Amino acid sequence: MKLKIFKVAVFLTSLTPLALLGWFALTDNLGANPIEVITHWTGDSTIIFLLITLTVTPLRKLTGWKDAIQFRRMLGLFAFFYGCLHFTTYIWLDQFFDFPGILKDVAKRPFITIGFASFIFLIPLAVTSTSAMVRRLGKRWQKLHRMIYFIAAGGVIHYWWLVKKDIRWPLIFGVVLGVLLLYRFWSTQSLAKIAGRFRRLQVSPVAQKVQSQ
Amino acid sequence: MLIKKPSDIKASEITPKELFLNRRRFMAQMAIAGAAVAGLTSPDFLLPSDARAGEKLANVQKSPLSINETPTPLKDITGYNNFYEFGTDKYSPSRYAKSLMPRPWSVAVEGEVNNPKRYDIDELMKLAPLEERIYRLRCVEAWSMVIPWIGFPLNALIKRAEPTGKAKYVEFTTLYDPKQMPEQRSRMSLFWPYVEGLRIDEANHPLAILAVGLYGEMLPNQNGAPVRLVVPWKYGFKSIKSIVKIRFVEQQPSTAWMKANPSEYGFYSNVNPAVDHPRWSQATERRIGEFSKRKTLPFNGYGDQVASLYQGMDLRKYF
Repeated sequence: MKLKIFKVAVFLTSLTPLALLGWFALTDNLGANPIEVITHWTGDSTIIFLLITLTVTPLRKLTGWKDAIQFRRMLGLFAFFYGCLHFTTYIWLDQFFDFPGILKDVAKRPFITIGFASFIFLIPLAVTSTSAMVRRLGKRWQKLHRMIYFIAAGGVIHYWWLVKKDIRWPLIFGVVLGVLLLYRFWSTQSLAKIAGRFRRLQVSPVAQKVQSQ
Repeated sequence: MLIKKPSDIKASEITPKELFLNRRRFMAQMAIAGAAVAGLTSPDFLLPSDARAGEKLANVQKSPLSINETPTPLKDITGYNNFYEFGTDKYSPSRYAKSLMPRPWSVAVEGEVNNPKRYDIDELMKLAPLEERIYRLRCVEAWSMVIPWIGFPLNALIKRAEPTGKAKYVEFTTLYDPKQMPEQRSRMSLFWPYVEGLRIDEANHPLAILAVGLYGEMLPNQNGAPVRLVVPWKYGFKSIKSIVKIRFVEQQPSTAWMKANPSEYGFYSNVNPAVDHPRWSQATERRIGEFSKRKTLPFNGYGDQVASLYQGMDLRKYF
Protein backbone atom coordinates (compact mmCIF):
# COMPACT_ATOMS: atom_id res chain seq x y z
CA MET A 1 0.00 0.00 0.00
CA LYS A 2 2.81 2.32 0.95
CA LEU A 3 4.49 1.48 -2.35
CA LYS A 4 1.35 2.33 -4.22
CA ILE A 5 1.17 5.80 -2.66
CA PHE A 6 4.85 6.27 -3.43
CA LYS A 7 4.23 5.25 -7.02
CA VAL A 8 1.47 7.84 -7.36
CA ALA A 9 3.81 10.44 -5.88
CA VAL A 10 6.57 9.59 -8.37
CA PHE A 11 4.06 9.67 -11.22
CA LEU A 12 2.84 13.13 -10.26
CA THR A 13 6.37 14.42 -9.70
CA SER A 14 7.34 13.17 -13.14
CA LEU A 15 4.64 15.37 -14.62
CA THR A 16 6.23 18.51 -13.10
CA PRO A 17 8.26 19.47 -16.19
CA LEU A 18 5.11 19.37 -18.31
CA ALA A 19 3.07 21.22 -15.68
CA LEU A 20 5.71 23.96 -15.40
CA LEU A 21 5.87 24.32 -19.17
CA GLY A 22 2.09 24.62 -19.28
CA TRP A 23 2.18 27.22 -16.52
CA PHE A 24 4.80 29.30 -18.35
CA ALA A 25 2.72 29.11 -21.52
CA LEU A 26 -0.48 30.19 -19.75
CA THR A 27 1.22 33.07 -17.97
CA ASP A 28 2.98 34.25 -21.13
CA ASN A 29 6.41 33.45 -19.73
CA LEU A 30 7.92 31.52 -22.59
CA GLY A 31 9.94 34.55 -23.65
CA ALA A 32 10.65 35.90 -27.11
CA ASN A 33 11.10 32.52 -28.79
CA PRO A 34 8.52 30.12 -27.26
CA ILE A 35 9.11 27.31 -29.76
CA GLU A 36 12.81 27.24 -28.90
CA VAL A 37 11.99 27.15 -25.17
CA ILE A 38 9.51 24.28 -25.62
CA THR A 39 11.98 22.36 -27.77
CA HIS A 40 14.82 22.71 -25.27
CA TRP A 41 12.59 22.07 -22.28
CA THR A 42 11.12 18.81 -23.61
CA GLY A 43 14.57 17.71 -24.86
CA ASP A 44 16.18 18.35 -21.47
CA SER A 45 13.34 16.45 -19.79
CA THR A 46 13.85 13.45 -22.07
CA ILE A 47 17.56 13.19 -21.27
CA ILE A 48 16.94 13.72 -17.55
CA PHE A 49 14.36 10.92 -17.45
CA LEU A 50 16.65 8.60 -19.41
CA LEU A 51 19.35 9.25 -16.81
CA ILE A 52 16.93 8.80 -13.90
CA THR A 53 15.79 5.48 -15.41
CA LEU A 54 19.40 4.35 -15.64
CA THR A 55 19.92 5.27 -11.98
CA VAL A 56 17.31 2.78 -10.75
CA THR A 57 19.46 -0.36 -11.01
CA PRO A 58 22.60 1.08 -9.37
CA LEU A 59 20.37 2.54 -6.65
CA ARG A 60 18.81 -0.85 -6.01
CA LYS A 61 22.17 -2.62 -5.91
CA LEU A 62 23.90 -0.05 -3.76
CA THR A 63 21.12 0.40 -1.21
CA GLY A 64 19.61 -3.06 -1.33
CA TRP A 65 16.20 -1.43 -1.76
CA LYS A 66 14.55 -4.12 -3.88
CA ASP A 67 11.35 -2.20 -4.60
CA ALA A 68 13.30 0.39 -6.58
CA ILE A 69 12.82 -1.78 -9.65
CA GLN A 70 9.06 -1.13 -9.40
CA PHE A 71 9.69 2.42 -10.67
CA ARG A 72 11.93 1.65 -13.60
CA ARG A 73 9.20 1.05 -16.16
CA MET A 74 7.29 4.17 -15.21
CA LEU A 75 10.38 6.37 -15.37
CA GLY A 76 11.43 4.85 -18.68
CA LEU A 77 7.98 5.50 -20.10
CA PHE A 78 8.22 9.11 -18.91
CA ALA A 79 11.47 9.41 -20.87
CA PHE A 80 9.54 8.16 -23.89
CA PHE A 81 6.67 10.54 -23.12
CA TYR A 82 8.95 13.60 -23.05
CA GLY A 83 10.74 12.25 -26.12
CA CYS A 84 7.37 12.17 -27.91
CA LEU A 85 6.66 15.76 -26.87
CA HIS A 86 10.12 16.84 -28.05
CA PHE A 87 9.67 15.04 -31.37
CA THR A 88 6.17 16.48 -31.84
CA THR A 89 7.46 19.98 -31.07
CA TYR A 90 10.05 19.58 -33.80
CA ILE A 91 7.66 18.14 -36.39
CA TRP A 92 4.74 20.41 -35.62
CA LEU A 93 5.82 23.71 -34.07
CA ASP A 94 9.33 23.98 -35.47
CA GLN A 95 9.00 22.50 -38.96
CA PHE A 96 5.21 22.69 -39.31
CA PHE A 97 4.95 19.30 -41.06
CA ASP A 98 7.39 20.28 -43.78
CA PHE A 99 8.26 16.62 -44.43
CA PRO A 100 10.71 17.17 -47.30
CA GLY A 101 12.52 19.66 -45.06
CA ILE A 102 12.45 17.24 -42.13
CA LEU A 103 13.85 14.39 -44.24
CA LYS A 104 16.61 16.68 -45.47
CA ASP A 105 17.37 17.65 -41.88
CA VAL A 106 17.51 14.03 -40.72
CA ALA A 107 19.76 13.01 -43.60
CA LYS A 108 22.06 16.02 -43.57
CA ARG A 109 22.47 17.14 -40.00
CA PRO A 110 24.23 14.66 -37.74
CA PHE A 111 22.72 16.07 -34.56
CA ILE A 112 19.21 15.57 -35.92
CA THR A 113 20.10 12.16 -37.37
CA ILE A 114 21.27 10.86 -34.02
CA GLY A 115 18.40 12.45 -32.10
CA PHE A 116 15.90 11.02 -34.55
CA ALA A 117 17.48 7.55 -34.41
CA SER A 118 17.53 7.59 -30.60
CA PHE A 119 13.85 8.43 -30.55
CA ILE A 120 12.95 5.72 -33.07
CA PHE A 121 14.85 3.13 -31.00
CA LEU A 122 12.90 4.16 -27.91
CA ILE A 123 9.64 3.05 -29.56
CA PRO A 124 10.26 -0.75 -29.40
CA LEU A 125 11.34 -0.36 -25.79
CA ALA A 126 8.12 1.44 -24.91
CA VAL A 127 6.03 -1.12 -26.83
CA THR A 128 7.68 -4.07 -25.05
CA SER A 129 7.45 -2.50 -21.60
CA THR A 130 4.27 -4.35 -20.58
CA SER A 131 4.47 -7.27 -18.14
CA ALA A 132 3.08 -9.62 -20.77
CA MET A 133 5.86 -8.64 -23.17
CA VAL A 134 8.50 -9.08 -20.49
CA ARG A 135 7.24 -12.64 -19.92
CA ARG A 136 6.93 -13.41 -23.61
CA LEU A 137 10.39 -12.21 -24.57
CA GLY A 138 12.14 -13.76 -21.57
CA LYS A 139 15.91 -13.43 -21.88
CA ARG A 140 15.60 -11.54 -25.14
CA TRP A 141 13.74 -8.75 -23.32
CA GLN A 142 16.81 -7.81 -21.33
CA LYS A 143 19.00 -7.88 -24.43
CA LEU A 144 16.57 -5.63 -26.27
CA HIS A 145 16.30 -3.20 -23.40
CA ARG A 146 20.06 -2.81 -23.11
CA MET A 147 19.54 -0.56 -26.12
CA ILE A 148 18.75 2.18 -23.63
CA TYR A 149 22.50 2.63 -23.07
CA PHE A 150 22.95 3.59 -26.70
CA ILE A 151 19.78 5.66 -26.76
CA ALA A 152 20.90 7.70 -23.74
CA ALA A 153 24.35 8.17 -25.27
CA GLY A 154 22.64 9.21 -28.51
CA GLY A 155 20.59 11.76 -26.61
CA VAL A 156 23.67 13.31 -24.99
CA ILE A 157 25.54 13.42 -28.32
CA HIS A 158 22.44 14.97 -29.97
CA TYR A 159 22.61 17.78 -27.40
CA TRP A 160 26.40 18.10 -27.61
CA TRP A 161 26.40 18.53 -31.37
CA LEU A 162 23.63 21.08 -31.24
CA VAL A 163 25.21 23.66 -28.94
CA LYS A 164 27.17 26.44 -30.54
CA LYS A 165 29.99 26.66 -28.05
CA ASP A 166 29.02 26.30 -24.42
CA ILE A 167 29.07 22.53 -23.82
CA ARG A 168 28.57 22.75 -20.04
CA TRP A 169 25.12 21.13 -19.96
CA PRO A 170 25.76 18.30 -22.41
CA LEU A 171 29.03 17.74 -20.55
CA ILE A 172 27.21 17.40 -17.21
CA PHE A 173 24.69 14.96 -18.73
CA GLY A 174 27.57 13.08 -20.37
CA VAL A 175 29.49 12.74 -17.10
CA VAL A 176 26.38 11.47 -15.27
CA LEU A 177 25.73 8.96 -18.05
CA GLY A 178 29.41 7.94 -17.99
CA VAL A 179 29.27 7.23 -14.27
CA LEU A 180 26.04 5.22 -14.65
CA LEU A 181 27.50 3.12 -17.47
CA LEU A 182 30.85 2.66 -15.73
CA TYR A 183 29.02 1.39 -12.67
CA ARG A 184 27.46 -1.34 -14.80
CA PHE A 185 30.84 -2.25 -16.19
CA TRP A 186 32.33 -2.50 -12.71
CA SER A 187 29.45 -4.50 -11.27
CA THR A 188 29.46 -7.08 -14.07
CA GLN A 189 33.21 -7.38 -14.34
CA SER A 190 34.29 -7.91 -10.79
CA LEU A 191 37.60 -6.46 -9.75
CA ALA A 192 39.15 -9.90 -9.38
CA LYS A 193 38.25 -10.79 -12.94
CA ILE A 194 39.85 -7.63 -14.29
CA ALA A 195 42.94 -8.14 -12.15
CA GLY A 196 43.22 -11.71 -13.43
CA ARG A 197 42.99 -10.56 -17.01
CA PHE A 198 45.67 -7.98 -16.38
CA ARG A 199 47.99 -10.64 -14.95
CA ARG A 200 47.44 -12.93 -17.92
CA LEU A 201 48.27 -10.07 -20.20
CA GLN A 202 51.57 -9.50 -18.42
CA VAL A 203 52.85 -13.06 -18.94
CA SER A 204 51.62 -13.34 -22.50
CA PRO A 205 54.39 -13.97 -25.07
CA VAL A 206 53.97 -10.57 -26.63
CA ALA A 207 54.33 -8.89 -23.27
CA GLN A 208 57.41 -10.99 -22.47
CA LYS A 209 58.98 -10.05 -25.74
CA VAL A 210 58.33 -6.42 -25.08
CA GLN A 211 59.80 -6.76 -21.61
CA SER A 212 62.97 -8.49 -22.82
CA GLN A 213 63.75 -5.77 -25.33
CA MET B 1 16.07 26.17 -18.03
CA LEU B 2 13.95 28.04 -15.60
CA ILE B 3 12.25 31.18 -16.76
CA LYS B 4 11.61 33.40 -13.82
CA LYS B 5 8.23 34.93 -13.60
CA PRO B 6 8.53 38.62 -12.94
CA SER B 7 7.19 39.62 -9.55
CA ASP B 8 3.71 41.03 -9.59
CA ILE B 9 3.80 44.75 -8.99
CA LYS B 10 0.67 46.78 -9.21
CA ALA B 11 0.82 49.47 -11.84
CA SER B 12 0.01 51.99 -9.14
CA GLU B 13 3.10 51.04 -7.19
CA ILE B 14 5.48 51.71 -10.04
CA THR B 15 7.21 55.04 -9.75
CA PRO B 16 6.76 57.02 -12.95
CA LYS B 17 9.97 56.93 -14.95
CA GLU B 18 10.33 60.70 -15.03
CA LEU B 19 10.07 60.83 -11.24
CA PHE B 20 12.64 58.20 -10.51
CA LEU B 21 14.98 59.53 -13.14
CA ASN B 22 14.71 62.91 -11.48
CA ARG B 23 15.29 61.31 -8.11
CA ARG B 24 18.32 59.51 -9.45
CA ARG B 25 19.64 62.62 -11.06
CA PHE B 26 19.14 64.44 -7.79
CA MET B 27 21.02 61.76 -5.90
CA ALA B 28 23.76 61.73 -8.50
CA GLN B 29 24.03 65.50 -8.25
CA MET B 30 24.25 65.24 -4.49
CA ALA B 31 26.98 62.68 -4.88
CA ILE B 32 28.82 64.92 -7.31
CA ALA B 33 28.47 67.83 -4.94
CA GLY B 34 29.74 65.65 -2.12
CA ALA B 35 32.64 64.45 -4.19
CA ALA B 36 33.46 68.00 -5.23
CA VAL B 37 33.58 68.98 -1.59
CA ALA B 38 35.85 66.04 -0.91
CA GLY B 39 38.09 67.34 -3.65
CA LEU B 40 37.68 64.42 -6.02
CA THR B 41 38.38 65.38 -9.59
CA SER B 42 36.32 62.71 -11.33
CA PRO B 43 32.94 62.18 -9.71
CA ASP B 44 31.66 60.14 -12.65
CA PHE B 45 32.09 56.80 -10.92
CA LEU B 46 29.56 57.85 -8.31
CA LEU B 47 26.82 57.88 -10.88
CA PRO B 48 24.64 54.80 -10.86
CA SER B 49 25.83 52.43 -13.57
CA ASP B 50 22.71 52.74 -15.70
CA ALA B 51 22.30 56.45 -15.11
CA ARG B 52 21.84 57.00 -18.82
CA ALA B 53 20.11 53.82 -20.01
CA GLY B 54 16.58 54.46 -21.17
CA GLU B 55 17.22 58.18 -21.44
CA LYS B 56 15.57 59.71 -24.51
CA LEU B 57 17.91 60.65 -27.31
CA ALA B 58 17.25 64.09 -28.77
CA ASN B 59 17.40 65.32 -32.37
CA VAL B 60 17.23 61.93 -34.01
CA GLN B 61 16.68 62.06 -37.76
CA LYS B 62 14.78 59.53 -39.83
CA SER B 63 16.84 57.71 -42.43
CA PRO B 64 15.94 56.63 -45.97
CA LEU B 65 18.00 53.50 -45.29
CA SER B 66 15.39 52.26 -42.81
CA ILE B 67 13.23 49.35 -43.91
CA ASN B 68 9.46 49.43 -43.85
CA GLU B 69 8.76 46.47 -41.57
CA THR B 70 7.17 46.30 -38.14
CA PRO B 71 9.81 46.53 -35.42
CA THR B 72 10.07 43.67 -32.93
CA PRO B 73 8.61 44.64 -29.51
CA LEU B 74 11.08 46.33 -27.17
CA LYS B 75 10.68 43.64 -24.51
CA ASP B 76 11.88 40.98 -26.95
CA ILE B 77 14.78 43.09 -28.22
CA THR B 78 15.92 43.68 -24.65
CA GLY B 79 14.98 40.26 -23.23
CA TYR B 80 16.34 37.82 -25.82
CA ASN B 81 20.01 38.46 -26.44
CA ASN B 82 23.24 36.76 -27.30
CA PHE B 83 25.85 38.55 -25.23
CA TYR B 84 28.13 35.77 -23.98
CA GLU B 85 29.93 38.13 -21.59
CA PHE B 86 26.85 37.80 -19.38
CA GLY B 87 26.07 34.12 -19.96
CA THR B 88 25.50 31.90 -22.93
CA ASP B 89 21.73 31.53 -22.83
CA LYS B 90 19.55 34.23 -24.30
CA TYR B 91 17.82 35.22 -21.09
CA SER B 92 20.98 35.82 -19.03
CA PRO B 93 22.10 39.16 -20.55
CA SER B 94 18.91 40.98 -19.53
CA ARG B 95 19.28 39.56 -16.02
CA TYR B 96 22.98 40.08 -15.45
CA ALA B 97 24.02 43.03 -17.62
CA LYS B 98 23.28 45.44 -14.75
CA SER B 99 26.89 45.04 -13.67
CA LEU B 100 28.10 46.78 -16.83
CA MET B 101 28.98 50.45 -16.34
CA PRO B 102 28.53 52.32 -19.62
CA ARG B 103 29.72 55.61 -18.09
CA PRO B 104 32.46 56.71 -17.93
CA TRP B 105 33.48 55.08 -21.19
CA SER B 106 36.00 55.78 -23.88
CA VAL B 107 36.75 54.30 -27.25
CA ALA B 108 40.31 54.22 -28.54
CA VAL B 109 40.72 54.74 -32.29
CA GLU B 110 44.21 53.62 -33.22
CA GLY B 111 46.48 51.71 -35.58
CA GLU B 112 47.04 52.67 -39.20
CA VAL B 113 45.49 56.14 -38.97
CA ASN B 114 46.76 59.70 -39.12
CA ASN B 115 44.54 60.81 -36.27
CA PRO B 116 44.59 58.27 -33.45
CA LYS B 117 42.37 59.44 -30.65
CA ARG B 118 40.64 58.28 -27.50
CA TYR B 119 37.04 59.44 -27.64
CA ASP B 120 34.94 59.96 -24.58
CA ILE B 121 31.58 58.31 -25.27
CA ASP B 122 29.66 61.58 -25.06
CA GLU B 123 32.05 63.13 -27.53
CA LEU B 124 31.77 60.11 -29.81
CA MET B 125 27.99 60.45 -29.86
CA LYS B 126 28.37 63.93 -31.31
CA LEU B 127 30.63 62.85 -34.17
CA ALA B 128 27.71 62.87 -36.56
CA PRO B 129 23.97 63.57 -36.40
CA LEU B 130 22.09 60.67 -34.82
CA GLU B 131 19.78 58.78 -37.15
CA GLU B 132 17.13 56.15 -36.66
CA ARG B 133 17.93 53.08 -38.74
CA ILE B 134 15.28 50.40 -38.76
CA TYR B 135 17.19 47.27 -39.77
CA ARG B 136 16.62 43.55 -39.98
CA LEU B 137 18.85 41.54 -37.65
CA ARG B 138 19.50 37.92 -38.61
CA CYS B 139 21.17 35.73 -35.99
CA VAL B 140 23.36 32.82 -37.13
CA GLU B 141 21.01 30.64 -35.03
CA ALA B 142 18.23 31.19 -37.59
CA TRP B 143 16.06 33.70 -35.76
CA SER B 144 15.59 37.34 -36.68
CA MET B 145 14.23 40.66 -35.48
CA VAL B 146 13.56 44.15 -36.79
CA ILE B 147 15.29 46.76 -34.64
CA PRO B 148 15.00 50.55 -34.71
CA TRP B 149 18.59 51.44 -33.92
CA ILE B 150 19.82 54.94 -33.20
CA GLY B 151 23.32 55.70 -34.35
CA PHE B 152 25.53 57.22 -37.00
CA PRO B 153 27.48 55.86 -39.96
CA LEU B 154 30.75 54.21 -39.02
CA ASN B 155 32.33 55.99 -41.99
CA ALA B 156 31.95 59.33 -40.14
CA LEU B 157 34.42 58.04 -37.55
CA ILE B 158 36.68 56.53 -40.19
CA LYS B 159 36.82 59.86 -42.01
CA ARG B 160 37.98 61.62 -38.82
CA ALA B 161 40.59 58.94 -38.18
CA GLU B 162 42.10 59.26 -41.68
CA PRO B 163 43.25 55.69 -42.31
CA THR B 164 46.66 55.31 -43.95
CA GLY B 165 47.21 53.25 -47.11
CA LYS B 166 48.05 50.28 -44.93
CA ALA B 167 44.64 50.19 -43.28
CA LYS B 168 42.97 47.25 -45.03
CA TYR B 169 40.82 46.05 -42.14
CA VAL B 170 39.15 47.43 -39.04
CA GLU B 171 39.35 45.44 -35.81
CA PHE B 172 36.82 46.04 -33.00
CA THR B 173 37.30 44.96 -29.40
CA THR B 174 34.76 44.64 -26.58
CA LEU B 175 35.54 45.70 -23.02
CA TYR B 176 37.46 43.09 -21.04
CA ASP B 177 36.57 43.35 -17.36
CA PRO B 178 35.40 40.18 -15.59
CA LYS B 179 34.10 42.31 -12.71
CA GLN B 180 31.58 43.91 -15.04
CA MET B 181 31.24 40.95 -17.40
CA PRO B 182 31.15 37.86 -15.18
CA GLU B 183 31.16 35.23 -17.94
CA GLN B 184 34.64 36.43 -18.94
CA ARG B 185 35.89 34.41 -15.95
CA SER B 186 34.87 31.26 -17.78
CA ARG B 187 36.92 29.63 -20.49
CA MET B 188 34.07 27.40 -21.55
CA SER B 189 32.52 29.92 -23.87
CA LEU B 190 34.83 32.16 -25.90
CA PHE B 191 38.34 33.64 -25.88
CA TRP B 192 38.12 37.05 -24.30
CA PRO B 193 37.95 39.86 -25.12
CA TYR B 194 35.47 39.52 -27.96
CA VAL B 195 36.99 40.71 -31.21
CA GLU B 196 35.31 41.38 -34.55
CA GLY B 197 36.47 42.77 -37.84
CA LEU B 198 35.43 44.25 -41.16
CA ARG B 199 37.23 44.90 -44.40
CA ILE B 200 37.76 48.64 -44.74
CA ASP B 201 35.31 48.94 -47.65
CA GLU B 202 32.66 47.08 -45.63
CA ALA B 203 33.30 49.41 -42.70
CA ASN B 204 32.91 52.42 -44.99
CA HIS B 205 29.58 51.21 -46.37
CA PRO B 206 26.78 53.63 -45.45
CA LEU B 207 24.69 50.78 -43.96
CA ALA B 208 27.32 50.01 -41.30
CA ILE B 209 26.62 52.09 -38.21
CA LEU B 210 27.78 52.60 -34.68
CA ALA B 211 24.61 52.33 -32.61
CA VAL B 212 24.17 54.14 -29.30
CA GLY B 213 20.44 53.63 -28.82
CA LEU B 214 17.29 51.82 -29.84
CA TYR B 215 13.62 52.70 -29.82
CA GLY B 216 14.58 56.36 -29.34
CA GLU B 217 16.46 55.74 -26.10
CA MET B 218 20.02 55.12 -24.94
CA LEU B 219 21.17 51.57 -25.57
CA PRO B 220 20.31 49.16 -22.72
CA ASN B 221 23.33 47.30 -21.31
CA GLN B 222 22.27 43.92 -22.68
CA ASN B 223 22.15 45.33 -26.19
CA GLY B 224 25.75 46.49 -26.08
CA ALA B 225 25.82 49.81 -24.23
CA PRO B 226 27.16 52.34 -24.66
CA VAL B 227 28.22 51.81 -28.26
CA ARG B 228 28.06 48.86 -30.62
CA LEU B 229 28.49 48.02 -34.26
CA VAL B 230 25.51 47.17 -36.48
CA VAL B 231 26.20 45.52 -39.84
CA PRO B 232 22.74 44.45 -40.99
CA TRP B 233 23.78 42.25 -43.93
CA LYS B 234 25.93 39.99 -41.74
CA TYR B 235 24.98 37.49 -39.03
CA GLY B 236 24.34 39.17 -35.69
CA PHE B 237 27.57 38.11 -34.01
CA LYS B 238 29.52 40.41 -36.37
CA SER B 239 27.78 43.39 -34.76
CA ILE B 240 30.11 43.57 -31.76
CA LYS B 241 28.84 45.14 -28.53
CA SER B 242 30.27 47.49 -25.86
CA ILE B 243 33.23 48.56 -27.98
CA VAL B 244 36.36 50.00 -26.33
CA LYS B 245 38.80 49.84 -29.22
CA ILE B 246 38.66 50.37 -32.97
CA ARG B 247 41.98 49.53 -34.58
CA PHE B 248 42.91 49.93 -38.23
CA VAL B 249 45.15 47.10 -39.38
CA GLU B 250 46.82 45.67 -42.47
CA GLN B 251 46.11 41.97 -41.81
CA GLN B 252 42.68 40.35 -41.55
CA PRO B 253 41.85 40.15 -37.83
CA SER B 254 41.06 36.82 -36.23
CA THR B 255 37.63 37.19 -34.66
CA ALA B 256 36.25 35.63 -31.48
CA TRP B 257 34.03 33.13 -33.29
CA MET B 258 36.73 32.25 -35.83
CA LYS B 259 39.01 31.40 -32.91
CA ALA B 260 36.25 29.42 -31.21
CA ASN B 261 35.37 27.34 -34.26
CA PRO B 262 37.14 28.17 -37.52
CA SER B 263 35.31 25.54 -39.57
CA GLU B 264 31.90 26.97 -38.66
CA TYR B 265 32.42 30.74 -38.50
CA GLY B 266 34.24 32.67 -41.17
CA PHE B 267 35.49 36.24 -41.30
CA TYR B 268 32.80 37.48 -43.67
CA SER B 269 29.71 35.77 -42.20
CA ASN B 270 27.37 37.45 -44.66
CA VAL B 271 23.79 36.27 -44.31
CA ASN B 272 23.49 33.62 -47.01
CA PRO B 273 20.57 31.18 -47.34
CA ALA B 274 22.58 29.14 -49.86
CA VAL B 275 25.44 28.35 -47.49
CA ASP B 276 24.31 26.33 -44.49
CA HIS B 277 25.93 26.36 -41.12
CA PRO B 278 27.66 22.96 -40.93
CA ARG B 279 25.10 21.85 -38.36
CA TRP B 280 21.89 23.59 -39.36
CA SER B 281 20.18 25.12 -42.35
CA GLN B 282 20.34 28.85 -43.03
CA ALA B 283 17.61 28.75 -45.69
CA THR B 284 14.87 29.92 -43.34
CA GLU B 285 14.56 31.91 -40.14
CA ARG B 286 12.01 32.48 -37.41
CA ARG B 287 11.16 36.14 -37.02
CA ILE B 288 10.67 36.66 -33.29
CA GLY B 289 6.94 36.98 -32.64
CA GLU B 290 5.93 34.98 -35.72
CA PHE B 291 4.92 31.34 -35.87
CA SER B 292 5.82 30.37 -39.44
CA LYS B 293 9.37 30.52 -40.65
CA ARG B 294 10.42 33.03 -43.29
CA LYS B 295 12.77 32.51 -46.17
CA THR B 296 16.16 34.02 -45.39
CA LEU B 297 17.22 36.62 -47.95
CA PRO B 298 20.74 36.87 -49.42
CA PHE B 299 22.68 39.51 -47.50
CA ASN B 300 19.64 39.66 -45.20
CA GLY B 301 17.74 41.58 -47.88
CA TYR B 302 20.45 44.21 -48.38
CA GLY B 303 21.87 42.58 -51.51
CA ASP B 304 21.10 45.54 -53.77
CA GLN B 305 23.24 47.75 -51.58
CA VAL B 306 26.11 45.46 -50.60
CA ALA B 307 26.46 42.58 -53.09
CA SER B 308 28.91 44.63 -55.16
CA LEU B 309 31.38 44.54 -52.26
CA TYR B 310 31.85 40.84 -52.89
CA GLN B 311 31.93 40.75 -56.67
CA GLY B 312 33.99 37.85 -57.97
CA MET B 313 34.32 36.25 -54.54
CA ASP B 314 33.32 32.65 -53.95
CA LEU B 315 30.94 33.12 -51.04
CA ARG B 316 31.06 29.41 -50.21
CA LYS B 317 34.77 29.71 -49.62
CA TYR B 318 34.61 33.10 -47.95
CA PHE B 319 31.67 32.27 -45.71
